[in-house]
Order: sequence, then C-alpha cells, then structure tokens
Amino acid sequence: MTNNPFPLSRDELLTAYRTMRTIRDFEERLHVEFAKGDIPGFVHLYAGEEACATGIMMHLTDIDRIASTHRGHGHCIAKGVDVHEMMGEIYGKVTGCCRGKGGSMHIADLSKGMMGANGILGAGAPLICGAGLAAKFRGDGGVGLTFFGDGAANQGTVLESMNLAAIWNLPVIFVVENNGYAESTSVEYATAVDSYVDRAAGFGLPGVTVDGTDFFAVYEAAGEIIKRAREGGGPALLECKTVRFFGHFEGDAQTYKAKGENDHNRAHRDCLKLFGARVTAAGVVSEADLALIDREVAALIDDAVETAKGAPLPGARDLTTDVYVAY
Amino acid sequence: MARMISYKQAINEALDLEMRRDPTVILLGEDIVGGAGAPGEMDAWGGVLGVTKGLHAKHGNRLMDTPLSESAYIGAAIGAAACGMRPVAELMFLDFMGVCFDQIFNQAAKFKYMFGGKAKTPVVIRAMVGAGFRAAAQHSQMLTPLFTHIPGLKVVCPSNAYDAKGLLIQAIRDDDPVIFCEHKALYGSEADVPEESYAIPFGEANIVRDGRDVTLVGYGLTVPRALTAADTLARSGVSAEVIDLRTLSPIDWDTVIESVENTGRLVVIDEANPRCSIATDVAAYVAQNAFGALKAAPQMVTAPHTPVPFSPVLEDLYIPSADAIVAAVHKTTGPVKSAA
Repeated sequence: MTNNPFPLSRDELLTAYRTMRTIRDFEERLHVEFAKGDIPGFVHLYAGEEACATGIMMHLTDIDRIASTHRGHGHCIAKGVDVHEMMGEIYGKVTGCCRGKGGSMHIADLSKGMMGANGILGAGAPLICGAGLAAKFRGDGGVGLTFFGDGAANQGTVLESMNLAAIWNLPVIFVVENNGYAESTSVEYATAVDSYVDRAAGFGLPGVTVDGTDFFAVYEAAGEIIKRAREGGGPALLECKTVRFFGHFEGDAQTYKAKGENDHNRAHRDCLKLFGARVTAAGVVSEADLALIDREVAALIDDAVETAKGAPLPGARDLTTDVYVAY
Repeated sequence: MARMISYKQAINEALDLEMRRDPTVILLGEDIVGGAGAPGEMDAWGGVLGVTKGLHAKHGNRLMDTPLSESAYIGAAIGAAACGMRPVAELMFLDFMGVCFDQIFNQAAKFKYMFGGKAKTPVVIRAMVGAGFRAAAQHSQMLTPLFTHIPGLKVVCPSNAYDAKGLLIQAIRDDDPVIFCEHKALYGSEADVPEESYAIPFGEANIVRDGRDVTLVGYGLTVPRALTAADTLARSGVSAEVIDLRTLSPIDWDTVIESVENTGRLVVIDEANPRCSIATDVAAYVAQNAFGALKAAPQMVTAPHTPVPFSPVLEDLYIPSADAIVAAVHKTTGPVKSAA
C-alpha cells in the first residue's frame, strides 16, 4: 500500500479530480457549442479556476450555502448541481434547473445550498450574510460562502457585508477569485491595495491568499477557515489567485491580455495538470485512474449536451408562471 | 367594545403577535432597538419614530440593530428569507431604497421566476413613506410606483390602524417579498382595532364610503383626504364613493371597475409624482376596461412633477388636498352640476 502524503483519501482525490475535470470539460464544450450559435445569451466560462471551487466545496455539505457569480458553472458543479439540468438551462430548455427562465447567469439549486449564480456583481455578499444569519438562528452549524472576482471585490455591497458579518460574527466566508481581470480591466489598475487580505483586515477579518491553481493550497486554507466559521469563530476572507483560460464572456477577443498569456497559463498554471502530476508522482493515483475518469466525464458531457439539444423548449404559458407564490 | 389604538401601535402589535406565533420571524433595521453597544439603555428608541418600541424586551435578540449599511442588511434579510426565515427589515425611510435597490428588485423580486419557481423569499421590507413632516426631498417621497412596476414584489400601503395591523400580519405570513409602506403622517391616527390576530388578504380594496355619482380611488393618506372631500361634496349634493386600494400590487381592479360602472366618474388620488404613477395606472385601466361606463374623462389628483419641498407652505401645496379632490370631481360633473 502506497503511503498517502495528502490530506485526502485516495477516493477523495479521485472525487476532486472528477469534479475539476467535469467543470473543465463542461466549459471547454460550451466554448465549442457557443461558437456554433446554438446557445442563447451570455456565457462566462470558469475554465482555469476549477481548483478554487473544488478545493473549497469539498468541505461543504447541502446545509452550507453558497452565493455564486455570473461565472458560476464551476461553483454549481462543485456544489453538486446536476450537470444535465445545468446544460438544459444553458440551452434554454424546460428541462433546465430553472425551467429555462434563468440561463447561465442564474443557475440555482437551493436543495443543494446553491443560492444562485448572479448577474449583479457583488450582490451575493449581502445574501450570504442572510444565509449565515439563518444558520446562526437555527444553530445547525451551516456556513455560507460568497464568491466574487477581483472586480466585484470593489463593490460597496461586498465591503458593507464584510463589516456586517464581522460585527454579527456570522459563519460567512468571502472568497475572492482573483483571475487578474475585471472584465478587461486589470486588478493592478482597479484595486488600490496589493492584497485583498489587507482589505479584509480593515474590517477586522482574518484572511489568507493562496495559489488558486494549486488544489491542495486551496483545500487546506479553505478547510481551516470553514472549520473556524462552523465552530463560531466568525467570518474570514480567502483570496485565490487564479487564471481565466477564456475571455470575460464567449466572444471576447481578449486583446487586452499579453501575447501568449493563455498558452502560458495552459502550459504552466493548469490546475488539472498540476493536480494530476502531484497525485501520480506520489503513487496514490495512477495515470490510468485519471484516464478512466477523463473518459467517463467526456461521456457525461456528451450526453448532457445531446440531451439538452433534444430537450423540449418552454411553452408560452411558462412566460407568466412562477412570478409569485400567490398573487 | 371599541379599543382605539394608533396606526403605530397597530404595527407594533402585528409584529409582536407574529413573533410570538412564528419563531422564524426576526426584525432587522437601523435603531429598531436603539442603543446597541451604547453605555445607556437598550431599547432607547424602538425605531426612529418608536414603532418597534418594547419589542426587544419581549423578543430579545430576534430584533437586531444594524449598521448604516442598507445594501448589506436588506440583502441579508432577503438572503435569510431564501434560507427559511421570515425577516421583517425596516428601511426607515423608503427614500433610502436608492442605496439598496439592487437587493430588492434584482434579487428578492426575481428569485422565484429566475430560479424556475423553486425559490421562496418571504421577506417584508417596512418603510415610512409620504410627505407632511417637513422632512424635505429625501425623506418624504411616495415611491410606490417604482415598486409596483417590478414583477415579483407586492406593495402595501394602509390608510388606517385596523388595516395596518391586518395587512402587516398578512405580509409576514405571505411567501412573496412585500414592500410595506407606512405613511408617517398616519402614525398617530387611531381606529378600533381588535386585540386578536387577523390577516387582511392582499388584492381586496375596501369601499370606505358608498356613493352614486363619482368614484374616488386612493391609498394611504389620500384616503382620509378623499373622505374629507366626500363630506364637502355631499353638502353640494354630490355622492362620492371612496375606495381604499390597500394593496397596490396586487391591485383590486374588479372593485374599481364595478364602482365606476355604477358612478360613471373616476377621480384617482395619488401622493406620488404624476408620471407613470398609481393614478395613471388606475385611470388607464378604467379607460381601457370601462370606457363605455364613463360619463366624463377620468381625473387625477397627484403631487406635482417636483421633488418634495421643505418650506411648510410649499409642502402643503405639494400634497393632494381635499380641495383639489373636490375641484377634480367638479371637472367630471361639470361646473354647475351638483348631482347626477
């Protein structure tokens, strides 16, 4: 039996890889399908950032709530939202998790603690304070995590929420996924401090910055912060420095990036390759184990796309339902 | 036996009763207890005008004073509602919606629809509305039309203490987000209010005075103004029916249409600014659906298209008056005609 140097069991490592691979294939496939013109609206891809969602979400269960962003597919998959229902939603089909009424930017599954992707930057921070407050009143040990990018980190809602979470000692984690770009604007230009941890300190919140392409760094830092919040230790901030393989949205020519930047990131900062190299080098997981998962995930995504393409569209009566519980 | 209590007391009583009935009801807002963390007394204020005074002694930490961060705490109330609580958040003055409107109209109002029917957001946002307090342009507005425009929100504005209690109880039990507008000039007005709990269903207007010649439609402070106008009109032989809409979303079209079909004349009174208001909404609906019953063009009595002024003489001109309502009725009956 090989000695396992990781803080996760072999099964957990395989689960982490499967989750990251599912996110990657989901996004790579959407990139291809979007270009064909079959997918309506705006799509913002998470490829490159998989280790952030996965490393964090492995510490959560369905009683824990997350508030996601417009770049939310990875958060959804890592939180356990059904891939077929997500794909159906992105294609605008009635089989989608929001019956085709939300689309890519509003995927939600409250039964999984996924309170919604959100088209408004920074809007999840106040909402997750409410989730934390509800968990505190119930005393169920649940925690809330709000994800936002380096861009939305400059929204007043995020700053107000850090203060509110701090004074009420809420079990809430603020996760900055810093991919270096707010749409096309660099973090160096738009954010006055060098580290979001410094900003959290201004609200009395502990914080830590990790390499968001290193699954194990994210997993360990998130584990400590989440455990602390769950035990009543209060809110904290986690900054994951990561990379975005695609543009802000599909169709973005990305001319604001350096020449060769995406190629460099794919070659040297690909969280899946880095993870695979670590676990196979340690001999805990084999190349064949990973290849099997790759094949299974590819089949899953194929099936999700084919199913979504063939699924029924919403009917005209769906236009006016679900506005109110009762009216 | 009559038990006269004020509009303000009726709201306090509704909150107390619902907090006793349902442990998921919590209250959040700026100074709703008052004195949090300060060296003096807790419950120092009970809200800026004392509406929640005394509830902290009964319900303790289920009332939470908030920092002056409307986006954060209104959003937190909405988030908690999506996670199984029934928060009642006090926004103090509805004018402050500008600071936190995203959480109300892009979040709370849309969860149910945008998540395919799976979400439920039973939050109540209480706020003071209306002019008359010499509080000027940013603390006096009647912003109800901004909320009725948004699908997913319910909008309530009681005109008297009895309705305030029953409508607030309904608002808290309701599974949709409710904007509960309390007219600050009515806080002291008294009515016979039963001690027991009762809920007034949304979407049921109240005919507060029967009449034959003209239908006066209003809500909030414009209802007592319309009743004063109806007294004046009665002296000149014009019989006015007065309808209190009570809830603006949903709105009780049937009662309005039925009344206009009987009277043939409509005057809508709205303290909001005139464009795209409750007044224009009601006038348009009646014109479209009861045109044949109308004996004269519908009239609207509203605030002017200006911010709310400070100087008392100007503010008094701003708020729709009973005299303006009487004049509008005379436009529908003709200058000399006194009865239909």
